[in-house]
Amino acid sequence: MSAATDTALGLTESTSVGARIAKTVIYSLLFIVFAGPLLALLVSSFNHVSDPTQLSIIPRSPTLDNFKIAFDHGVLKYLANSFFVVGFGLLLQVAVSVLAGYALARKIFPGMTLVMVAILATMMLPEEILALPLTLVLADVPLVHLNLMGTLAGMIVPLGAWAFSILVMTEFMKDVPRELEEAARIDGAGEFRIFAQIVLPLCKPALGVIGVFGFTMIWDQYLLPLLVATNSDSYTLPLALRTLRIDPIVTPGVVMAASLLALLPSVTVFLFFQRSFARGLTAGALKG
Amino acid sequence: MSVREAEARPAGREPQAAAEGARRTPSRRLGRNRRAAGKWWVPWLFLAPALILFAYFKFLPMIQAISMSVQEVRPYLGNLYVGGANYSEILSSEGFRSATWNTIVLAVGQTAGSMILGFGLALLVEGQTRKLTFIRSAAFLPVVVPIAVVAELWRIMYHPTGDGLLNQILGLVGLGPSGFINDPDTSLASIVVTGIWRGAPYDMMIFLAGLAGIDRGLYEAAVVDGASTKQRILHVTLPGLRPVFAILFVLAAVRGFRAFTEVFLLTNGGPNGSTEVLMTLIYKLGFEQNRLGIASAGAVLLFLATLVLTVCVQLLRRKKVA
Repeated sequence: MSAATDTALGLTESTSVGARIAKTVIYSLLFIVFAGPLLALLVSSFNHVSDPTQLSIIPRSPTLDNFKIAFDHGVLKYLANSFFVVGFGLLLQVAVSVLAGYALARKIFPGMTLVMVAILATMMLPEEILALPLTLVLADVPLVHLNLMGTLAGMIVPLGAWAFSILVMTEFMKDVPRELEEAARIDGAGEFRIFAQIVLPLCKPALGVIGVFGFTMIWDQYLLPLLVATNSDSYTLPLALRTLRIDPIVTPGVVMAASLLALLPSVTVFLFFQRSFARGLTAGALKG
Repeated sequence: MSVREAEARPAGREPQAAAEGARRTPSRRLGRNRRAAGKWWVPWLFLAPALILFAYFKFLPMIQAISMSVQEVRPYLGNLYVGGANYSEILSSEGFRSATWNTIVLAVGQTAGSMILGFGLALLVEGQTRKLTFIRSAAFLPVVVPIAVVAELWRIMYHPTGDGLLNQILGLVGLGPSGFINDPDTSLASIVVTGIWRGAPYDMMIFLAGLAGIDRGLYEAAVVDGASTKQRILHVTLPGLRPVFAILFVLAAVRGFRAFTEVFLLTNGGPNGSTEVLMTLIYKLGFEQNRLGIASAGAVLLFLATLVLTVCVQLLRRKKVA
């Protein structure tokens, strides 16, 4: 098969000087448009940027002052809050999803279809639309009568209900061979042991997908934390960016420094787990 | 499909499975079935955490939204059933109508822009060379940057004087300076551009997955038949990507409908209401003015709109396939 038919455009085939220059220009432009603004953010967070017009990608007299001022405004505490929410939120989400996925993939029981449809239907409920009544539930959780408003727990607990992760786990667990389960059962393993020691260890790729996706989703959340955080003590870092910007003595350079801290975790996760990411992206889009 | 790809399969299970298969006897199999079917509550035990959390944080809020939408919510006094009054009030309000219009413009602009640009990008960066992999990763970065950071960054780039970053670039080609988000004429378009910047790379990735699934033999056949690149795209690539287009359309349109954070942080609906979208309006009604009944009616209407859109596209797809 020739290179010309490897891709839709067959770009790799063209080796003339003109075509190569055109390709270089196009790819450079692409890089500048999509990565350029982020480079400007990176550079500006280490520059003295006292007004918005000084944002640039040319480093001038690098400094850590922006970060110092950001830390003085409690950015480290907000970062810690963010990590707390993402840590426990992800733990809860993954635990709930693997348990539910196990039941849906490996058991046959009356009402199974109904449960599956009910869970899948929530994928059509945009979180933002649900946020308003959700806060009323959080203010007085029925039966247990807890008020979770203003607490990090109020941002964490709703994260447990995430249909995408259950869907991915269910699909994957269906493929674990029955024979392994049978053998363990004959050897006297109980239900939970089969789940934890036979099925779950074979689902690492799916765990990667829901872990990476869960992380970026939770890290990106804005509206629900905004509603739940009734005082600045429970702000996550994305929420704090706005209050930082509104503060008249805070310069754009400081906002960019805080922004850099806010984007590093999710960008790092993406760069390290690109394969899981690509896999989940197509799974989510092509199924959901 | 892709989570079940061969590369993702648990390693080393084949030999074990074969060994088990050889050992298995009919009587043992029967025993397994009885035990597996055994206790009826086992699956429910595994499902319990999910069911409780979904009931509390998905279904209950939905029921609450619907019930509040037909009530006048009065803290401490008890709610009053008002029937469709909230709906008729919000539907007849000028603010809701302009917010609906802005939301549609935003959703259409972002969806069309992201899909067209995303498709173009996917064609350009399709391939296996190391350089292309690098460009793909770089171009995808905006998707994984938190939306709040994207908004704060673009806010600075949109600085309205001639010295602002984007105005300097406009100046290079002899345009501007533009007021961007500070000018009612360009504010909504500016938010659309920011949305496309973050949406196009996402669409690009999905298109790339679709492109990888197109039979290379068809390209070869097209070359043999003397088709030009343009014909190849039109008659081989585009038809092959039709399902991808349908899915992306729904995803991007719903993303546009529910847009909140970027609008809230870039303009908060201003200037002069020129960028007020449904979610920012609902937020203001519900949380700033505490008119929960009206806000819920708005939320229910927005949900119905996304539902109708999703179902329509699904039906259209079925029809085309059949």
